[in-house]
Amino acid sequence: MKPSIFGYQAPASIEEAISILAGDPDAVVLAGGQTLLPAMNFRAANPSTLVDIQHVADLRGIEVGTEIIVVKAMTRHREFELDAAVARVNPLVAEVMQHVAHVPIRNRGTVVGSLCHADPSAEMPLLLVLLGGSVIAQGPSGRREIAAEDFFQSFLTTARERDEIITEARFPVLPKAAGWAFDEVTRRHGDYAIAGVGCVLSLDDRGRASRVQLAACGIADTPVRLRDAENVLTGTVLDASDLDAAVAASTAAVTQPDEMHVSQTYRRRALGTLIRRMVTTAAQRATQMEIA
Amino acid sequence: MSTRQFGARVERNIDPKLLRGEGAFVDDIPLPDALHVAFLRSPHARARIVAIDTSAAKRYPGVAAIYTSDDIGALDVEMPLLIPHPSMKNPKTQRPLARGDVHYVGQTVAMVVAVDRYTAEDAAALIEVEYAPLPLEMDLTKALTDDAPLVHADVPNNLAAHFVQTSGNPDDAFARAEHVTRITVQVDRSTAAPMECRAVAARWDAVSGELTVWDGTQTPISVRGGLASVFELDEDKVRVIAPDVGGGFGQKVLLFYPDELLVPMAAMRLGRPVKYIEDRRENFLGSSQERTQIHTIELAALRTGEVIGLRDFFLHDTGAFIPYGIAVAQVASTSIAGPYRIPNILVEFKAVYTPTVQVTPYRGCGRPQACFAIERAMDQLAEELGLDRFEIRRRNLIEESQFPYAREGLLFADGLKVTLDSGRYGKALAMAAAELGAENFAAEQAKARAEGRYLGLGLACYVEGTGLGPYEGGHVKIHPITGKVYVNTGLSTQGQGHDTVFAQIVADQLGVSPQDVIVVEGDTKAFEWGVATFASRAAVVSGNAIHKTAIIVRNKVIEAAANMLDVDPDQIELRDSAAWVKGSNRFAPLAAIATASNPLRYAFNKAAQAATQFAPASKHDGPPLADGQAPGLEATDYYSPSRSTWAYGVHGAIIEVDPGLCTVKIRKYVCIHDCGNMINPMIVEGQVLGGIAQGIGGALYEHLDYQADGNLANASLMDFLVPYATEIPNVSILHLETPTPLNPLGVKGVGEAGCIAVGAVVASGVEDALRPFGALKFHQVPLSPNMISRALEAVGC
Repeated sequence: MKPSIFGYQAPASIEEAISILAGDPDAVVLAGGQTLLPAMNFRAANPSTLVDIQHVADLRGIEVGTEIIVVKAMTRHREFELDAAVARVNPLVAEVMQHVAHVPIRNRGTVVGSLCHADPSAEMPLLLVLLGGSVIAQGPSGRREIAAEDFFQSFLTTARERDEIITEARFPVLPKAAGWAFDEVTRRHGDYAIAGVGCVLSLDDRGRASRVQLAACGIADTPVRLRDAENVLTGTVLDASDLDAAVAASTAAVTQPDEMHVSQTYRRRALGTLIRRMVTTAAQRATQMEIA
Repeated sequence: MSTRQFGARVERNIDPKLLRGEGAFVDDIPLPDALHVAFLRSPHARARIVAIDTSAAKRYPGVAAIYTSDDIGALDVEMPLLIPHPSMKNPKTQRPLARGDVHYVGQTVAMVVAVDRYTAEDAAALIEVEYAPLPLEMDLTKALTDDAPLVHADVPNNLAAHFVQTSGNPDDAFARAEHVTRITVQVDRSTAAPMECRAVAARWDAVSGELTVWDGTQTPISVRGGLASVFELDEDKVRVIAPDVGGGFGQKVLLFYPDELLVPMAAMRLGRPVKYIEDRRENFLGSSQERTQIHTIELAALRTGEVIGLRDFFLHDTGAFIPYGIAVAQVASTSIAGPYRIPNILVEFKAVYTPTVQVTPYRGCGRPQACFAIERAMDQLAEELGLDRFEIRRRNLIEESQFPYAREGLLFADGLKVTLDSGRYGKALAMAAAELGAENFAAEQAKARAEGRYLGLGLACYVEGTGLGPYEGGHVKIHPITGKVYVNTGLSTQGQGHDTVFAQIVADQLGVSPQDVIVVEGDTKAFEWGVATFASRAAVVSGNAIHKTAIIVRNKVIEAAANMLDVDPDQIELRDSAAWVKGSNRFAPLAAIATASNPLRYAFNKAAQAATQFAPASKHDGPPLADGQAPGLEATDYYSPSRSTWAYGVHGAIIEVDPGLCTVKIRKYVCIHDCGNMINPMIVEGQVLGGIAQGIGGALYEHLDYQADGNLANASLMDFLVPYATEIPNVSILHLETPTPLNPLGVKGVGEAGCIAVGAVVASGVEDALRPFGALKFHQVPLSPNMISRALEAVGC
């Protein structure tokens, strides 16, 4: 498990990094390296050159705005998880982060790296899709914004062109007084999800769901926004029959085929359970927010 | 007075070094100018090798040599069958490099030696092998059928061994039975996954003609003997050192792995040190595994719940080769009746070749499978007879007055009749019930169910034959200058804390602190007689050998001190690293006694001068050393157990199942165990807890995902689910100490104990938790969420 020969470049600017990528079709961006380096050791990835972006000052940091949290490409999971300003405007972030691998991996792995890897069982892509966020891709022909649901195209595949760098991810803050919840089922703590569900919802003054966002990971070849379930739940009081209907509306979203230890049926059971529990938790929190 | 060290919670001598990162594992041995090895391994489970072309690889810069089976001369033969047994008709062992056929994915086909591992892997990728794939069968049951594809062309039905043993009269028992229960259970393939994978380094000194091999093995002395034989060297010209080794769990007891022969060969041929560090993927593909067995067990019972007969038939997956003989299956078959009287037993097994890496003992060695079979059957019997699970066990346990309890007709892995020697089985069961709160559990369970939570109680008992022979030895010497005590023994350590428990044994005899006892193991130059670390035997066999030796040295010390202090020997007591005249302040330090026991011509330091202040260590008129007398204070002795000594225990747990997510949480885990006298309870607890953690892996997580084509889909620690600390609950470990009458220290082995019962406990608890959904059965481990989901689906939930 030793990598084959590769080159290494450490550009100081985004433009320099892009020009290296543009000039070498087999060059690959290195950020936290938590997925790429093991893949290289297995010789599953054999890049000609690693373009190490950790010295690019413009790619560091988190900017918390009134509507959007901007997470630059070199931001480590752990920075995002522990950022007090982020927690104030979007407490869901820290809740999701608990489930991302383990602390030593979160110390090095980056949020944007996880998005670019686009593992459909991973938490970060789900979070971006759930919140309706986006990424900024910068390439030789300039910058473009790509909405989360357009970015994740299929298993480990995104809309990023190979000479583009995702310079930042943009996570919306939670609506005022919204409730939130995330949980997942894994074999061991920190593993990729068999199924994971995130929920953000707001209640009107009569206790009805005025706005529901629901997304899942682990169930398809991308993270999935469960719009049918959202529509079923919107305007209801979120009682047991409403939840049953939402679960029924989500069944078809599970497209991941049977695997050795996870059948599609089991995944549907887990997804249904998580939808019920996450919507209920989010509604409770929304109620508490109202009271507060 | 010195405090007694035997039985004390002495901190482990080895820990400061390991925790500071100062351990020296094989890869840490500095070997300047060393070459490095990578193997080309078969991508096919069954195929014929049509052609191998190494020309491009040989031209790759940095490559020193490439070997195929054509290039290794006398080594190109089948490796040893370590434990022959008449039940094997045509036992197959592997060649170091495949010739003709390959028999599993990962089998070594070629070896590359290069300036570094990177280059070696690059070159291995350039070797071109043409394979003609052959049909194969991965399913154990189907592999035995007449038209199944064969792992070895000359072994019909893939049948590696067939063995039947009988105790009492099982036919009569089943004829008399008032109730018979029958279940089929399965335990799946797993692997030890030691933290350090295997590793071998070798240096050939052409001037002295000496071969030195550093090998992360559990059996350096056997490896030394084997290498001397293969390379036709004098045994004293071969030195094998097992330095610090990061876990073994049985995987490192097999000899030979191909690299253990080929790395020394390359070092001798190339005249440079050669190193092979197995990586994690190779450990999954090429190092021994265990566990797959399918048991069909029947219990013949009376209505009272008394089990009068047992029949067990099982299939044992031995992989593509059977170098360790039938040991795993034999241990399983002879442990099948557990701690129960069951006087009439029939056990029959078939060992089956499958196109997978060989199966050899992994911690537990067949016992977890046997325990799973008997304990799940006892649960079912209890249910069918309407008895409590504790009660049915209570009615069948061997009672204290019945020891020694022999199972006539069943031969254990040491070739001797199964004889359970001692224990308080009923007391252990009662302690488990009390610690679990079994009496109040039904109420707790009902309350939880009312809240929508599903709790279950899991229970299992186990026995473990430990301390197998044939023998181990010990050498104890008091150093003349420092007064420190040096101890050597022939087995090796993989982190268990041998050095501390052996030191405690010696410290009590010689009146020194355990920190002043330096134990050296795993180096054939330090001690060259002995066997290995396996079968929970180090404390039993080496421990008693060292104990016997320490007594001899103690007597020498007392005799010499009595002479020096001019008193009768019975006036001497040993404490604080000195010999004291009882009731006085007169003493002689051990260092001085050791020095005086070695007649010196030159007083080369203060200790030697001080020694001359005293009377000579021996009184005689003749030469400084009398006839038959040896200089110094040292001795060597051996211990050979008459038979295995049987440890036992009871495990129980409170388990919560989440039917919505099909997940299992262990809320409480209780272990009552008895390994006889404990030398160091802290180390015992560490062994037991580590075993339970590994058992939890086997119960819920660790499964080798072999595909139908023989490929292993999860050959990494990302996909093979070794439990993290987050998956291990707090475990309440309670000790019983029933000394065995079989050895002077009264100790039994404990290394494997923890893992044996866990699968049965977890399955039992999950079944109990899900009872409101119906009589769901869990007869297979590891027990995955998917299995729970399937069981719930089957009852329409």
